[in-house]
Amino acid sequence: MVELRASSIPEVIEEHLAESGSAELTTTYVTVCGGTGCRIYGSDDVFEAFKQEFSRLNLNGEVDFSIKSTGCHGFCEQGPLVVIRPQEIMYVHIRPKDVPEIITKTILEGEVIERLLYIDPHTGEAIAKESEASFYKHQKRVVLDLNGLIDPFEIDEYIRAGGYKSLETVLTKMSPEDVIDEIKCSGLRGRGGAGFPTGLKWELCRQQPEDIKYVICNADEGDPGAYMDRSIMEGNPHRVLEGMAIGAYAIGAQQGYVYIRNEYPLAVRHLRQAIDQAQERGFLGKNLLNSDFDLNVNIKLGSGAFVCGEETALMASIEGRIGEPRPRPPYPSQSGLWGHPTNINNVKTWASVPIIINRGADWYANIGTENSKGTMIFSLVGNICNTGLVEVPLGVSMRELIFDIGGGIPNGKRFKAAQVGGPSGGCIPAEHIDVKIDYESLTSLGAIMGSGGLVVADEDTCMVDFARYFMEFTQEESCGKCVPCRLGTKAMLATLEQICAGQGRPGDIEYLVELGQEIRKSSLCGLGQTAPNPVLSTLRYFRDEYEAHIFEGTCPARVCKGLITYSVIPENCTGCMVCLRNCPENAISGVKQEVHVIDVDKCNRCGTCMSLCKFNAISVS
Amino acid sequence: MDATISELYTIIERGVAGERALIATLEKIQERYRYLPPEALVLASAWLGVPLSQVYSVATFYNAFSLVPKGKHCMSVCMGTACHVRGSPRILDWLETQLGIETGGTTRDRLFTLETVNCLGACALGPIIVTDGEYAGQMTAQKTNRLLKNLKRMEVKHG
Repeated sequence: MVELRASSIPEVIEEHLAESGSAELTTTYVTVCGGTGCRIYGSDDVFEAFKQEFSRLNLNGEVDFSIKSTGCHGFCEQGPLVVIRPQEIMYVHIRPKDVPEIITKTILEGEVIERLLYIDPHTGEAIAKESEASFYKHQKRVVLDLNGLIDPFEIDEYIRAGGYKSLETVLTKMSPEDVIDEIKCSGLRGRGGAGFPTGLKWELCRQQPEDIKYVICNADEGDPGAYMDRSIMEGNPHRVLEGMAIGAYAIGAQQGYVYIRNEYPLAVRHLRQAIDQAQERGFLGKNLLNSDFDLNVNIKLGSGAFVCGEETALMASIEGRIGEPRPRPPYPSQSGLWGHPTNINNVKTWASVPIIINRGADWYANIGTENSKGTMIFSLVGNICNTGLVEVPLGVSMRELIFDIGGGIPNGKRFKAAQVGGPSGGCIPAEHIDVKIDYESLTSLGAIMGSGGLVVADEDTCMVDFARYFMEFTQEESCGKCVPCRLGTKAMLATLEQICAGQGRPGDIEYLVELGQEIRKSSLCGLGQTAPNPVLSTLRYFRDEYEAHIFEGTCPARVCKGLITYSVIPENCTGCMVCLRNCPENAISGVKQEVHVIDVDKCNRCGTCMSLCKFNAISVS
Repeated sequence: MDATISELYTIIERGVAGERALIATLEKIQERYRYLPPEALVLASAWLGVPLSQVYSVATFYNAFSLVPKGKHCMSVCMGTACHVRGSPRILDWLETQLGIETGGTTRDRLFTLETVNCLGACALGPIIVTDGEYAGQMTAQKTNRLLKNLKRMEVKHG
C-alpha cells in the first residue's frame, strides 16, 4: 500500500472550491445541449446566439445568470435542447431566432413560452418541466446525472458538483483492499457486456505480485446503434478519469490508457482537455492530491476495427500491432499489456465507481435486482418515437423502456422486436415485452445485455434481412485469425443472402442452426462466439419469416429485393414524372399527366420511386 | 503523391519507441495525405525500426487507413443499425448509382469518394451522410439528391 501524506489532502479540494466560487449550483443558468446529436441539429449556433444576445442586452451584472454548453441531455429526438435551470424549463427544437424571446420572456420575466415546449404526443399536453416529460420521468439518472448540468470543458464545474471527492476519500481514508471490498459489496458488474463482477476483477489484478500494472478504459464503442460511452465521455469525462484513478489505486497501477474510437472526435477533444486539467490540478500525474500515489493516463485512438473492443485485441492494438485477439488464459489481470497485469473496464463501469464510493455500496446495491445491481444506460434507437439515451434501474421491464420512456413506435406501426446487445446480441420479440431487464433474463431469452444498444424494429422490418445485416457486419469485422469465425461467418452470410434473394433452399434453416452452434463453440474470441446470436435468435422467434422466404418465396415485411415488385397505383398517380426522371434504371415509362408504368424486368427494386412519390402512388408487393 | 520527403520528416518522429509509435505515426500520415503513400510506409518502417511487412499488415488491418488516394470530397454513409432500419441502404444504393461507383470507390474525375461508416452514434438523425466532416441527418433520396447537386454546383463555380 502506498504511503499517504494525508494531512494536506482535504485542503486541495477546499482550495479549488474557494477559488472557483460557490460550492452549489444555484443561480439561474441556461444549459444548451452540446452532444454530437444536438450539434448536428445546430446547437452550436443556439449557444452562440445566447452569448451574443446576452452581451448585446448588456445584462452583465444586471441579472444573475450564465450560459453553458453541456454534454448530451439524452432526448436526442427533440434537439437542439435548451433547459433553464434551476426551474428546469425545457425547450425543444430551438433555433437561434428563438433565443432573444427566451431571454426577454423566460429569463427576465419568468414567463414560459408555450410554443417552444415539448408536446407529449399521447396526451397533447405541453410539458414545461424537464423531469415531468415521460422520457425523463421514468428514468433513474445516476451515472448521467451531471450530463445536462455541467460544462464538461471546465474541471471546476465537476469539482463544484462534488467531483473528485471520492478520490479524496479513497486516498485519505481507505486502503486498496477497502476500495475493492466496497466495489464488491456494491454488486457492480462490468458494463461492457459480459457482466463480470468488477470488484473481483480488481482483486485478481491486485493479487498479482508484479510492480508494473495498467488500467485501461475500453471506450472502443463499436456496436452500431450504441452511443452510451460516447455521451459519458463527451458530457462528463472527469468522472471516468476519477473512476480510473480510484481503480488504479486499488489495483496498484501507475499507468492508464483510454482506448477510444477515432469516429468520436468530440469525445476525444473533451477527454484530452479533461486529462490536461486533471493533471494541472493534481488529480492525475505524480503524487495525486499530495499522496505518494502516481497515475498517468494517456489516450490511444482506435483506428476503426470492431474486434478491438475485445480486450486482448485492444491491448495488441495499444502495443502497436494489428488488433488480433489471443486465447485466454492468461487473462489480462495476470498477463496483459506488454505482459503486465492489466485491468480493463468499460466507460460506464469506470464512471460508476466514484458514485459507489461517494454514496456507499449499500445505496448502490439497493438499486436493481437480486443479481444485477445498479443502473444501466441504454441508447434507444431505430423505429422508436423518442430516440435517445436513457438510464434505468436494472430490472425495469422492456415495455416501460420502449413505451413509457421511448414513447412507442412512430407512425402507428406495431412493435415487432427489440435487438439488444448489437451484433453479439439477440432480439426480444413482442410476446416477451414484459421481461424484466437484467443480465440473466436477457441471456435466458437468447439475447445479451451487451453494452446497452437497444434497437427497436417495427412491423416493416424483415427479421431475416435484420439478421443478414448483423452477419454482414460481423463477417466484415472478423479479424480472420481463427477459422470458425473467418469462414463460418462467410458461409452463414452467403446462406442468408441467398434466402433474402429468394434463392433459399429447404434445409437452409437447419444448416444455419448447426453452423451457428459450431461457430459459437469453436471461435477464439467473443466476436466469433457471439456472431451467430442474431441469426439464432431471429430463428427462435421468427422462424415463420425464414420459412416464408424459403418455401413461399415471399418477404412478409416487403423488404427483401429479390422477393418484391414495385408497381404504380393508377388511381393515385398524377403523372408528375418525378419517379420517371429519377429512376436509375430507366424502368419507368409514361408521359406528363398520364399514369406511369414500371417495367418489372428493368426495375432493380431500389425503392427510389416510392421514396420520392408525394402521392402514395407506388406500391410494393 | 503530393508529399515531399522533407514534409514526411516532420511527420514521422525519428527514434521513438518502435512498434509502439506505429499506429499513431500512420494516423498522422493518413491525416496529412488522406491516404498512406508507399514512400511514407517505407520511411516509417526504416525510422521506427519496424519491418515493412508489419507496417503493411497494420496499414491494411484498420479501416481508418487507406492505401489509395481519396477523392476531393469524401461522402460517408452511416451503416449503423438505427440508420439501417431507417433506410440507409437505399441512400447508399442511390449514391452508388448517381456517382457511378461502388462503395469504397472514387469517381474518375477524383472528385468523390463514397464510403460507409459503422456507426456515428447520432442515431436520432438517421440516416446520416457525412461529407468532408459535415453531418447531414434524416436523409431521404430527395435530400441526398440536393446535397450532391449542391456539391457539384460548387465544384463548377469554384473548381
